[in-house]
Amino acid sequence: MPDGLHQIFVTFFDPALIAKALPELLAVGLPNTLLLSVFASAIGIALGLFVAAGLMSERLALRLPCRGYVDVLRGLPHILTVYLIGQGLPLAGLSVFGDNTYGYAALAIGLIESAYFAEIFRAGFQSVERGQVEAARSTGMTRGQTLRHIVVPQGVRRVLPPLTGQFILVVKATSLVYLLGLTASQREMFAIAQDGAINNANLTPLTAAGLIYLALTIPTTYAVNAWDRRLRRGRSRRPLAVE
Amino acid sequence: MTSSPGGTRVRFEQVGKAFGRVPVLHEVDLEVPGATTTCIVGPSGSGKSTLLRCANLMERPERGRILLGELDITAPGVDVNAVRRRVGMVFQHFQLFTHLSVLDNVSLALRRVRAMAREPAEAVAREKLRAVGLDGFEGRRPADLSGGQQQRVAIARSLAMEPEVMLFDEATSALDPELVKGVLAVMRDLALRGMTMLVVTHEMRFAREVAGQVVFVDGGRVLEVAPPDEFFDRPRNPRLRHFLEQVL
Repeated sequence: MPDGLHQIFVTFFDPALIAKALPELLAVGLPNTLLLSVFASAIGIALGLFVAAGLMSERLALRLPCRGYVDVLRGLPHILTVYLIGQGLPLAGLSVFGDNTYGYAALAIGLIESAYFAEIFRAGFQSVERGQVEAARSTGMTRGQTLRHIVVPQGVRRVLPPLTGQFILVVKATSLVYLLGLTASQREMFAIAQDGAINNANLTPLTAAGLIYLALTIPTTYAVNAWDRRLRRGRSRRPLAVE
Repeated sequence: MTSSPGGTRVRFEQVGKAFGRVPVLHEVDLEVPGATTTCIVGPSGSGKSTLLRCANLMERPERGRILLGELDITAPGVDVNAVRRRVGMVFQHFQLFTHLSVLDNVSLALRRVRAMAREPAEAVAREKLRAVGLDGFEGRRPADLSGGQQQRVAIARSLAMEPEVMLFDEATSALDPELVKGVLAVMRDLALRGMTMLVVTHEMRFAREVAGQVVFVDGGRVLEVAPPDEFFDRPRNPRLRHFLEQVL
C-alpha cells in the first residue's frame, strides 16, 4: 500500500478503534442523536407550518414578519443561532429548560429548521392547483377549511422528499449541540466521536460516527422515496374507458 | 336528485368587471329565470366564464349588483360562503380533490360546511352518486376514473349541498367526445327536474334542446338573449349570426 494511502487508512479507518468506539456510539450517542433529532424536527415542523401559513397570507402584517423570520434564521450561521438560544436565553433570565442543555439544543435546532421547513411547506402548498382551492371554496368551505382539508394534505404529500432531506440535515445538525456543553450521558454521536478522537489522537471514531449517520440517513432516504412513489401511484387502477 | 321548487332566479344588473386595466364585463344586464336552464355561448375570451363566476362570487364585480333570489350578493357584508352554499359550481377540469376517495369528495363539504356526521353525510353522498350513475364507485380515487366519470362525481359533489342554482363552466369541454354524452345526460336530467342552471357551453345541440333561453356574450357584453329556436334560427345580432355560421 502506498505510504499516503496507509496514513489515511490508519488515521481514519483503524478497525480496532472503530470496534472500540462503536459500543458507546450506539448505546449513548445514537439514542441521544435520535431524541434530539425528533424533538428538533417536531418543533421545526410545527413552527414551520405556522410560518408557511404566514408566508402565504394576504395580510402584509403577517407575511412580513414571517418572511423576516425565515430570512434571518436561514441567513445566520447555525453555530451563532445555537449560541444565541442555548446561552442567550439563560443569560436573558429565560431559563425555560433549567440546566437541561437538551431543551435549548432542541429549541435552537428546531427554530433553525423551522425556517427551512416553512419554505418547503410554502412551496408545497403553493403548488396545489388554484382550481382545487376554487372547487373547495365553491362548496362554501372557508379559507381555513380549504387550507386544512385540501391544501395541507395535498401539499404535504408533494414535499415528502424535501422534508426527508431536511430531516437528514436535522440529524446532522444535532452535532452542534456540543457547543452548549454536555454531561457524559447526554453526548450525542458527534460529541462522543470527538472525545474519542482526542483521547486516541486518531480520527477513526469520527469515521465510526459517520458510518452510523450513513446507516440512518441512506435507508431513510430510500424508504421515503419508495413511500413517495407509492403515493404518486395511489391505489391506481386503469381508468375505465366505458362510461 | 335535487329539485328546486319554484326555482331561485339570478339577476345581473349593470354588472361590470375588469382584470387590472383590462375590462372584461361591460354593464351586463341578464335575468336567469328560476327552474330553467340558461346557456351562455360566445367566442373564447368573451367574458362568459367571468360572468358565470360572478354568480357565486368566485369573481367579484366592481360595478352593478347581482341578486340571488331577493338577496343582493354583491352588497357589503354578505357572507360569501353562505352564498356559495346556495350556488353549486362545476368546472371545466372537474377539480376533484385528488387525495380523497370519490365518496369523500362528495361528502367532505357536507361534513365540514353543513357539519353533518360522517354516516348521514356519506348516505347523502351515495344517493347523489347513484343519481349520476356512479353507484359502486365510492372507494375509487379520481385518478382511477375516466374524465366523464370524474365530471359526474363533480356534479354529485355540488348536488350534495342541495344548491338552489347550478353553474356549469364548460363542463364538457375537456372531455373526449364519446364521454360528453354521459355528462350531458346528467345535466339534462337536472334541467328536467327544475334546477336553475347557468351553463357556459360550446354544446349548441344541448343549448337548443335543453335551454329555456340562450345568451350570446361577446366583448364582455350581452348581445342577444332569446329562446333557443329564435336564437339559433332567427338571430338578430349580426355578430351572433357570424358566430353561429362558424360553429354550426
